[in-house]
Amino acid sequence: MTRRTTTARRRMMAVAAGGAGLALVLAACSDPDGEGGAADETTSAGGMIDCAPYEEFGDIDGKEVDVYTSIVDPEGATQQASYDAFEECTGVTVNYEASREFEAQLLVRLQAGNAPDIAYLPQPGLLNTIASDFPDAIKPAPTQVAANVDEFFNETWKGYGTVDGTFYAAPLGANAKSFVWYSPSMFSDAGYEVPTTWTALMDLTEKIHQDTGGQVWCAGVESGDATGWPGTDWIEDMVLRTAGPDVYQQWYTHEIPFDDPQILEAWEAAGQILQNPDYVNAGLGGVDSIATKSWTDAGNGILDQQCWMHRAANFYMTQWPEGTEVSESGDVFAFYLPTDQTDVQPMLGGGEFVTAFADRPEVQAFQTYLSSADWANEKAKATPAGGWVSANNGLDPANLATEFDQYVAGVLSDPNTVVAFDASDLMPGEVGAGTFWRAIVEWLTGSSAEEVTAQVENNWP
Amino acid sequence: MTTTPTPGPNVVVPAADEGAPRTERKLTRLEKRAIATKGRLSSPWASGIAIVIAILWTIPSLGLLITSFRPESDIRRTGWWTVLTGNADLTMDNYNEALYGNSNDLATFFVNSFVITLPAVLIPITLALLAAYAFAWIKFPGRNFLFVAVFSLQVVPLQIALVPLLSDYVNWNVNGSYWTVWLSHSIFALPLAIFLLHNFMKDIPPSLVEAARVDGAGHVKIFFRVLFPLLVPAIASFGIFQFLWVWNDLLVGLTFADPKYQPLTVAIAEMAGSRGGDWYLLSAGAFISMIVPLVVFLALQRYFVRGMLAGAVKG
Repeated sequence: MTRRTTTARRRMMAVAAGGAGLALVLAACSDPDGEGGAADETTSAGGMIDCAPYEEFGDIDGKEVDVYTSIVDPEGATQQASYDAFEECTGVTVNYEASREFEAQLLVRLQAGNAPDIAYLPQPGLLNTIASDFPDAIKPAPTQVAANVDEFFNETWKGYGTVDGTFYAAPLGANAKSFVWYSPSMFSDAGYEVPTTWTALMDLTEKIHQDTGGQVWCAGVESGDATGWPGTDWIEDMVLRTAGPDVYQQWYTHEIPFDDPQILEAWEAAGQILQNPDYVNAGLGGVDSIATKSWTDAGNGILDQQCWMHRAANFYMTQWPEGTEVSESGDVFAFYLPTDQTDVQPMLGGGEFVTAFADRPEVQAFQTYLSSADWANEKAKATPAGGWVSANNGLDPANLATEFDQYVAGVLSDPNTVVAFDASDLMPGEVGAGTFWRAIVEWLTGSSAEEVTAQVENNWP
Repeated sequence: MTTTPTPGPNVVVPAADEGAPRTERKLTRLEKRAIATKGRLSSPWASGIAIVIAILWTIPSLGLLITSFRPESDIRRTGWWTVLTGNADLTMDNYNEALYGNSNDLATFFVNSFVITLPAVLIPITLALLAAYAFAWIKFPGRNFLFVAVFSLQVVPLQIALVPLLSDYVNWNVNGSYWTVWLSHSIFALPLAIFLLHNFMKDIPPSLVEAARVDGAGHVKIFFRVLFPLLVPAIASFGIFQFLWVWNDLLVGLTFADPKYQPLTVAIAEMAGSRGGDWYLLSAGAFISMIVPLVVFLALQRYFVRGMLAGAVKG
């Protein structure tokens, strides 16, 4: 049985996987010795994963599972490739559908009674909305999934997938956002060290500015109709560092107002860099150019030696132009956005959550697969270009394709790391995907932090 | 108006025959106006302004076209106008990537777009012709009320019909096929189609229809022999409208079609990638999708202008 490694279209793979499943059944049947058949089955599934956990779901060979997500190509292709092992084990066909309009279309489909079997929700806020608006459509996670999540994930991750005490959604991939991209060679040529505290970072920024006379940081928050979100990550990182994770939680749950003095302090801290014309926007213009520079290109100044540091998430790795070497000895690398806190090491994070709208056995089997360590490892192997990590602690870092991904996984699994979910994804949609974004743009184009935060607070639903 | 005592023409006109001179005077005025307009339009100033507007209007498209041939790193760093300085390389990479890159096999989506567009143009035109004929030439009780009702449906935005329509399709078990896409496009197109074609039909002199009726022609014969040949420009111009609308539609295709039936626009919208990082491919994608409407428009523009003018002068 040849293992298909091509990233050809899903249908072809589905046919191949279905064929493989059929061949397995035939092989098992033609084998006079039952023992041998079972052994044959595990090995001929490519020796990839243990198929035993899916046997309790009964005969699901030939069934189909429809998955609807926001992860389009090229990341979509690696997602699909990571399902091969499951398809070969069970004979189930996974139909993968991805759309950039996922968040709007999913609600339309739910309202029309046309829900997919499984959807990957990129925000716990959306999960809350769906659980309260469509209680009949959404299905709680099966016990096998809950067991997997208990075993492989930190409790906070399980909390994000839980609404009112019912556990619905297991985490899938994870993002880690508290990183600063830099050029290792520029740093070593100039004799700078990677800072390990926030104070050291600010000192280094001032030193670079003094030494070169130029600007230090580059940033950009333009992102089409979502313009502003990269800026919200800046603020959230600062809230975590100046006010701490507890205040952070009170902030997104609206126990304290959006314009609380502690939050304003975070805006000021971010403003020390983002609103200081001496520090931004290296190679791109003045402070207001941050609002109009596309976030996908904002860091390119590092490659041109015009910009020293760029704060962006781990998935910024896939945005570097083709041929850029991302490693500690290469063109670019990232260090953890440091903090002056000594007890905790806050990490701003994000991720997708596997939500089911059907409870057929094949769907539950697939949910179980996605929450297992097997899937995380398969996904890591299926992502040769990197830029992907999971909070699944069964993930073997050696399977991660790149040095940077391994570094991210290391930070995520550090016992001092406190993963705080992206607050704008936890706030109500009107704020987290609306007024907060606009506040960032206005703040960067001349309004004061007091004005824009008061505006968000006054419009809190 | 006729009471203004301007000497000259008034004196010459015989009071007994009022109909003829009125038309004559009207014609002269129209002609005068036509001549004046012609003079105004052909003045060098007007030509200059027209050319400036044309250039301003074309620059963004030109920029998009140039961008689509530039390498990714150049698109991300500099504007398309840097090409004008001379030292810039052009490449077909974006087109290659857009057409064959990972699973974006655009050929399938091209076929889907055609399969969606052709019936979605033909169905509403056929239905609208029948309805327009009835509204224009068949007297039945409630005709005006019904016509106003159809006409006013135009102000209903299609977005509010999306969810109810989709839930109906799901209940009827027809969801996700081409049928629902055709049906939806037809539903959304019909009010405007009926209104436009009705106005064109109404403008055909009643004497033509009456003459045919005296000669013993029924509705079918009148429709095909008398009205249809006169309506060709109108049908063609609405056809172009509808073709462009359906070809460029994203919302209906995205909402009602299953992935394997989705049109080109959906595939192009996905090209930018999950986080929008591959936006540089969109310029190439836009031109790939633009080719077909451009050909259709250039091939049929004769009718388009004629149809628009017919509507503008008579309606």
